[in-house]
Order: sequence, then structure tokens, then C-alpha cells
Amino acid sequence: MKKFGFSTINSRTIDYQQFDTRLLDKVLQEEPSFARCMSCGGCTATCSAGNLIDFNVRMLGLLIKRGEIEGLATEIDKCMLCGKCILVCPRGINTRHVIMLIKKEMVKLKLEQV
Amino acid sequence: MKIEWFTFPFVAGFIILLVVIIAKFSRWIFQLGQKNRLKIIKNFFSMGTLISVKESFLEGLIHRKVHQKNRLLGYMHMSLAFGWFLLIVVGHLEMGFYKETLNFPFYKAVFFRYFNTSNQQFFFSEGFTFLMDFILLFIISGLSLAYYKRINKKIFGLKRTTKLKLADQLALSALWLIFPFRFLAESFTAGIYHNGGFLTQTAGNLFATFLPLDTLYFSTWLGYSIVLGCFMAALPFSRYMHIPTEILFIFLKNWGITQNEKTDGFTQIEANACSRCGICLDPCQLTLANINHVQTVYTIREFRENRIEDSNLFNCMMCGRCEEACPVGIDIMKLRTNLRIENTKQYDVAYDYLTETSTPKAEVIYFAGCMTHLTPAIKKSMTKIFNHAKVDYWFMDEEKAPCCGKPLMQAGQYEAARQLIASNSKQIIASGAKELIVSCPICYRVFNEDYQLPGVTVKHHSQYLLELINAGKLPVIQQNETMVYHDPCDLGRGSKIYDEPREVLRHYGKLLEMENERENAKCCSGSLSNMKISNAERSIICKDVMDEFISYKPDQLVTACPLCKKTFAAGNKIPVKDIAEVVANSIHVNQKPKEKVHELELDEVLY
Amino acid sequence: MIKNKTIVTIGGGLAGIETSHLLAEMGYEVLLIEKKAEIGGKILNWDHLFPSFSPAQQLCDDVALKCKSANLKILTNTELVDIKKEKNIFFLQTNHNLSFKADAIVVASGFELFDAKRKEEYGYRIYDNVITNADLEKKFKTEGTIVTPTGDAPKRVAFVHCVGSRDEKVGNHYCSKVCCVTAVKQAIELNQMMPDAVIYCFYMDLRMFGRGYEELYRSAQEKHNIQFIRGRVSEVAEKMDGSLAIKAEDTLAGRPLRMNVDMVVLMSGMEPSQGTSEIGNMLELKRGDDGFLKSAGDFAGRNITNVPGVFLAGTCAGPMTVAETIENARSSALQVHNYFKNLKNEKVRVFHN
Repeated sequence: MKKFGFSTINSRTIDYQQFDTRLLDKVLQEEPSFARCMSCGGCTATCSAGNLIDFNVRMLGLLIKRGEIEGLATEIDKCMLCGKCILVCPRGINTRHVIMLIKKEMVKLKLEQV
Repeated sequence: MKIEWFTFPFVAGFIILLVVIIAKFSRWIFQLGQKNRLKIIKNFFSMGTLISVKESFLEGLIHRKVHQKNRLLGYMHMSLAFGWFLLIVVGHLEMGFYKETLNFPFYKAVFFRYFNTSNQQFFFSEGFTFLMDFILLFIISGLSLAYYKRINKKIFGLKRTTKLKLADQLALSALWLIFPFRFLAESFTAGIYHNGGFLTQTAGNLFATFLPLDTLYFSTWLGYSIVLGCFMAALPFSRYMHIPTEILFIFLKNWGITQNEKTDGFTQIEANACSRCGICLDPCQLTLANINHVQTVYTIREFRENRIEDSNLFNCMMCGRCEEACPVGIDIMKLRTNLRIENTKQYDVAYDYLTETSTPKAEVIYFAGCMTHLTPAIKKSMTKIFNHAKVDYWFMDEEKAPCCGKPLMQAGQYEAARQLIASNSKQIIASGAKELIVSCPICYRVFNEDYQLPGVTVKHHSQYLLELINAGKLPVIQQNETMVYHDPCDLGRGSKIYDEPREVLRHYGKLLEMENERENAKCCSGSLSNMKISNAERSIICKDVMDEFISYKPDQLVTACPLCKKTFAAGNKIPVKDIAEVVANSIHVNQKPKEKVHELELDEVLY
Repeated sequence: MIKNKTIVTIGGGLAGIETSHLLAEMGYEVLLIEKKAEIGGKILNWDHLFPSFSPAQQLCDDVALKCKSANLKILTNTELVDIKKEKNIFFLQTNHNLSFKADAIVVASGFELFDAKRKEEYGYRIYDNVITNADLEKKFKTEGTIVTPTGDAPKRVAFVHCVGSRDEKVGNHYCSKVCCVTAVKQAIELNQMMPDAVIYCFYMDLRMFGRGYEELYRSAQEKHNIQFIRGRVSEVAEKMDGSLAIKAEDTLAGRPLRMNVDMVVLMSGMEPSQGTSEIGNMLELKRGDDGFLKSAGDFAGRNITNVPGVFLAGTCAGPMTVAETIENARSSALQVHNYFKNLKNEKVRVFHN
């Protein structure tokens, strides 16, 4: 059974003890509405990129909330920033902004590692 | 030749001014790059130069655009700029005729009345005396307005003014003291030596009756020199740097230099040509939501000081209202876009999933756009129209298609957008189509400006509908509905398409005219370009726009953009329709007869 | 005490009739004002009610009977244009220029369904085969078999939950409570009428809060093959033949889902009716953030408002089931009665909030 292309997660379980909160904290600071996500899936349903390839915005948001950020950067890069997800979200979350924040944080983290 | 030491502050200030300006200009012109420098050389002796001289005069001195905003404001700026210019030019002519040569130290002209106390007559000396006094009066009248503006800015047509920094406030104070000091100095001297004109002599005589002018008048000249020196020394480090920079900007602009996709010397020049006049503040609708720190004047300031904040840079709807208002003519949209490009340069994208798919052949391509799929009434209307007009069309993004690429560009990711552009272009060209019709103004702009589509004409559907109507291919039925039309930012200010949608609508109903339309149209607040604003803040802005529409009491609101439509419909105040819907309403399609009576009539709400 | 006290009830739906009937039986003079031509409100258009599929007709007959109470005068096709309060008396004016005096008012102006046209992406009134829960219920009541508006027997039907509720985009943050169980009920009924059709329910959450509701859900899955898919439908598109293409994500499977159906039923939520808003303004009643009228507390004062002498009954105070509406209306009658008792003893309750 094919999942959506996330092949680099090591553990089978979500380990709440090993929660890497850096990304989540940054996102919530700049886009506090992200806390309201109820994972309804409207964003993934309407997604332009998701229409063309395995790309699940809702899942990415959920994984950030679970601290599973490994491999996130490559997935996030599929987004075309079209904005349909914002128009659909019933909780009024600026999902496009969340994605830009993730990209920004990823660049910062990459620079830190170098 | 007596060299009075009181002129030293003035000379020192002047030298600092010259040196710093030359240094800054040299650095910026160097940063322009080889290509631009060649352009300068090529265009130096061209029409562009003459146009620049005229524009420098009309905008830099007369401040024509500021007059258009508000007469008082225009007069105020003009009196200082043009007045001072005249003082210098006429003053030098006066000195020249006095000395019968133009070979004199320049500061002598500035302190003419001090040095020429003998009342010696020369060619047109009385005329000059009159002129100099008249110009001084002109300046002082404007200066009083400037003082008054601090108390009451409303009569100048401004609700908000720029928050000034300390250096600017010091320079401002110095500037404000220059002409009072000159007035006092010349009047006191006139009171003693009787070398004044209608203004200074009258004042001098008055002062002589109760002041010891002999002891005072030197201090006034010293004061005049000091404030002049302070102002000139401070100028290249303050907002008044805009004075010389704006002239340089005008020339470069008319020589064909523009901004590229990165910030360079020209961006620095534009940023320093900004006078911080604050005229960009009032048109910005974000102020309605109490967002007062992100307007263009502040963004440009952050850029000059090399400390761009995301919270400012991305908190802009890119609606273009500030650009319309800017009296200097700074290319604000391009500036902000370039800053966004630099800000997101290091972001990656992964679009290798854009593969080539088989493309059907068609004469016309219809690209609805991402947003239109969420306002399906537009899609359905367009297909109805295409079918009725028997157009051979391919609905390119009916099932799935990449985004046009513009939202990526609005976020600054130009490189990424190019990948989408390449993929979409291939498909469009492969179809052999001659026309590309789009429903969304955002798509329209990118297809028109950034795609290379040889042999393909890009049209927004409002333009295409007008063509079909004029060719008699669509039924035109006048309905007795009144409507107001909202100019979408990207179609109106962005693409200058104001007339075609209106012409289409006049065929179908009564179009009411509004005060804030065309270039002055407001933004719906749904803009994708603003990433920082909250929903509550958007609602405040949207409500203001809606209230204005409602004040005209139309039967419906018509727009030409799916994002505008969605944004306005959320307010749920009056019916919102797209132009395509208005047109399609006149088309009655023969459907197969239904067995059941369709009991759901259009206006019956069951509960 | 009871003699010579008049009460005006605004709204002739289930709650209005229940409160008025009880008060009339107690001996008060009750005048009921109803905007429409008939009494009964929403239940007139409903077929069978959850959780036991009781016929709504029974309730309608009950209502008709209660209308005949002595001391109960009913004015239909009448709206209020003005209400004033002086000391403890209310002065009301109708749109037919009639004036009345009342010692207390019961607001029972009810709810309206969210206009599904506002969710343009679902295509209501744009695509023929998209209908609402109200449309479907009316079809149940008036038609023997169900066909799509284009006249065919549907093989696949999709129910879309939360249309106009829990949605910031239309300004309704709240949950309308009853639509989930209504969807399950209607899905079961549809399956009973057309056993060959497969029915899908697209939900964000399944709010099966009442007695018998969870059992209904179980039965829907077990006996009626209703497919429940957790995912919000983002948009509906129309194909050439009139069938509808749905875009959703199957969030539990974690993948986007595409499906063609013959008919889409939108579960429109509840909104305060226009009458509720107007009366609320006229009487200066407090409102919650959700727009419904606010009562004096969540527990003991559910029928009392910030204006002494004005009481609430039914869904003008928030989404309620039929059972809750009737109970709420009965409680309202008791509160009115207590109010008059306390007035006599000069103890008037004041609303602090």
C-alpha cells in the first residue's frame, strides 16, 4: 500500500517523547491560526499540486504538529503556492503562509547544519 | 576681498553636501552595472534628456502631481522647492549684474545684502530687489503652511503623515529656520543700510523703531549661515536627499533604465528619491485595519537602512494604489517584488512532476484558473458562451493543470514560476491555438507579461466577450438591473483594462458610476500577495469596500475576478456576479424536457 | 394574578405553539403572531423524524389541535414592525396597523436554513443535481421514488456535511448540531427507497450526541451499506451528462479521493432567521457571537433574556432538535408564569451579564 511518498521516516510509531518542536513553534508564532487545524482535508482535496502528484498538505501540517519533520522539506517543495487551500479552509488558516514559513525555517536549519 | 568668518558654517555645510552627494551618486551609478551605464552614454544626447529636464521642472520644482492630490499641499511644496530655486538663480543673476561678471565666490550671492550695503545701483537692481523680496515672500507663505500642517493636516488632504526619524526631524528644523533667518537678516540690514525691497525694507524700518539693529544684525547673518550649513550637512543623510536624487532618478528613468529582478544601484536611487511625503499612506487600505507600519514609505525606509522585515515586506496586498498616488513616480510594485525575490532566493521547489501530457488541437484555449474552480458559476457561464458562439475551444484546466505561476511570483519565487511557465507554454503552443482566454486577472497578467507565446493572443474573458458581442455571436438582452462594476486590481491598475468590461455590461443593464473606480478602485482584500494579514483584518477592509458599493444601491455587484467574487460574496450583502454570468444569463439553452416539474424555482427559498 | 395578563408569542412554529398552548391552558390570554400563512413552521415540510422515524405528520396534527385552545388567538400573515416597552407593558404594532398591549413576550421566531448558494464551490443552483437536505426531505414527503432533478434514478448519492456550519468562510463558526444525525437518517431513508443506490456521507466529524443516534449510525453502516468517508468536500464539478465529480480527501486513508455521483445532498446548517434578527433588534436582546439570541446563562435561565418580560422559546436561541424544542418551549411557559408570580411579589429578576 503506497503512502504519499514519505519514505524517510525511521520509526513506525509517532514518538511523542522525541518531539522536535522547533518548526512548530516558529510556525505558530507567525501564524497562530495554524493551531486551529482540525485535519478536515479540504486543503488536500482542492490542492492543485495534489491533483498532479502525491502531495498531501493536511498530512504535512499534521506531521509538523506531531514533531515528525524529517523529509518535510522535499515534500513542501511541491507546492505551487496557488492559494486554493486558503479559500477552502473552514477554520480560516492561512495555509500558504504556513508553507512559506516552513520553507523559511528549512533554509535556516540547513544553514545551521552547514 | 573681505572673507567674513560667519560664512564658514555655510561653506562647510555646502562642501559636505557636495562631497557626500558625489560619493553616493558615484557608488549608485557604479552599482548600476555595465549594461545600464552604456544606456546612459547612448541616451545622453537624446530626447530623453529634454524630457527629463521638463519633468524635473514640472515635478521636482512645480510638484504638479502633488497639486493634483491637493492644491494647498502642492503650493506648500512648490513654494519651498521652486521658490528656493528661484532665489538661487535670480540671486546669482543679481550678483552677476552687480559685479558685471560671473566670476565671484558663490557664497557672496547667498549673503548679497550683507556684502552690498552701499545701495549701489546697477542694471535692473531695483527689479532684482523687488524680485528677491517677492520670492522670499512666496517661500515664507508656503513655509507658514508647512508650520500649520503640523496642527491641521486635514486641509491638506492628508489623514496620515509619515512618522519621521530623529535625523529627519533635525534637518526639518534647520530647513524651517533658514528663511525666517534670511528674512530677519535682510530686514535688519535694510533697517540700517536701507538696501531692502518692499518686504525687507518695510520690515526693517519697523524693527528699527524698537530693536538695536546694529548689534543684532550680524548675529542674524551668522544664524542664517549656521542653519544653512546644518541643513546642507544633514541633507545627504536625511529625507531631503530626495531633492538631488529625484532629479537623477528622472534622468535615468527617461534614459531607459528600469529595475531588474534584483536590487541594484537603480533601486537605491529610487529608494532615495522617495521624499517621505507620506502621500502613499492614505490610499493604503491596510490603515483601516490599524496596520500603520508597513506602507511603502516605511518599506523603502527599511530598504535604505538595510533591515527588511518580513512582517513589513509581505504585509502588502500589492494593489497598486500607493503607486498611483506617488508624486515621484517610483516603481513601487517592482521594488517590493524585487525585495521579495531576494528574500526568497534560497527557497527550493520540486516540480519534476510536471510532465508533458498529450494536447488536443484547438483554435482557442480556455484557461479558467485555479480560483475559478471554486466559483463554478463562472466556468459554467463560459462554457455556455463558448458553446453558443460555436467556438472550437479546449478547456485546458478542466480536469487538472498546474497553476499559471503568478502566485509564486507574488511570493517572490520567480525562478520557480519559470518552471511552471515552461511547462504550461509547451502545452499551449502544442495545441496550435491562436487565442488564450483566461477568467482570472492574475493569470491574465502572467500570461501576457511573462509567458513567451508566439502567435497566441492572450485575452481576459471580458475582452473576449466584447469581441463576441460586437461580432453578433451572443444574444444581448437588456435587463432592468442596476449594477456597479468593481475593477480588479490586476485587471485595472495592473493591466489598464477599464473599458471593455464596462462596455460589455452596458449591453445588459444599467451601469452606475462610482467615485472610487478605475485607477482609484479599492482592493477587495482577498489578495494573495499579502501573507501576513489576518482574516479579521481582511474583513474590515472588505466591509469598507462593500459599504461603498451598497451606498449606490445597485441591484448587483459585478466583477471580473474569481478571487474578488469569492471575497465579496462572503460578505453576503448584495448579489455578486462575474461578467461571464451576466452575459450567459441572456443565453437560454434548450434542455431535454424533464418529466417532473422542476419545483425548485430560482427565487423560492424553501425555508 | 393570572386574569387580565396578556402574552404575545412571536412565531407560530413548533415552539411558539407549544408555549402558547400551555400558557393558554393555564388561563392567560395569548396572542400568537405568525409571519406566514400557515401555522407549524418547519415541521410542515418534514417527512419522518430521527431517531425513530416517527412521522412528522403526527406533530403537525398535534399542532393543529393545540391551535384550537381557548384563550389562544392566532394572527397569520402578520409581522411586527415596532415594539416599545413602558414600565412593565409592551406596546406592539403590526404591519397591518394593528396595535396590541402585552404583559410579556415570548420570542419563538426560530431559524432559517443556511442558503447553500453561498458555498458556490458546491454548485447549488448552478448544477441541476445538487440539492439540499431540505429539498430532499420535501421530496421524501411528496414523492414516492427519488429521482435526480434531471429525471434519472441515482445510482450514487453523496451527502456533504457541514454546509454553512463550522465554516469561517461564511461567518458561521458554530456547529448546527442536528445535521449529522439528519444526514444519517436521510441516507437510511434513501437506501430504503432505492436499495440499489450506494450512498456516501462526507463528514469532518460525526456528531451522534443523542439517545439512539449512535445506534442509527451503526445501523446505517450495517444494514444500509452507507459509506462514511472522513473528508471535507472542497468542490463539486459537473460532467457533460449532468453527473457530478467530487473532490475530497479520504483523511483516514491519507489520500485524495475522486468520485462521480449522480446526486449531491448538501446538509445546510441552521442560522438565526431574519425574524429572529429583526425582533432581537427591536427588543434590544443580547445575541451570542453565533447570531442566535442569548439567554441568561447556560443552565437554569435558558428561556430568560436581558429584557425583563421577554422570553425565548425554541431555535431562535440556538440549534435544537424537535424534542429539545418542545421541552424548551414548555420550560418557557413555566418561566413566564413564574415571572408574573414574582412581579406580583415585586421580585423582578434582572439579567446580569
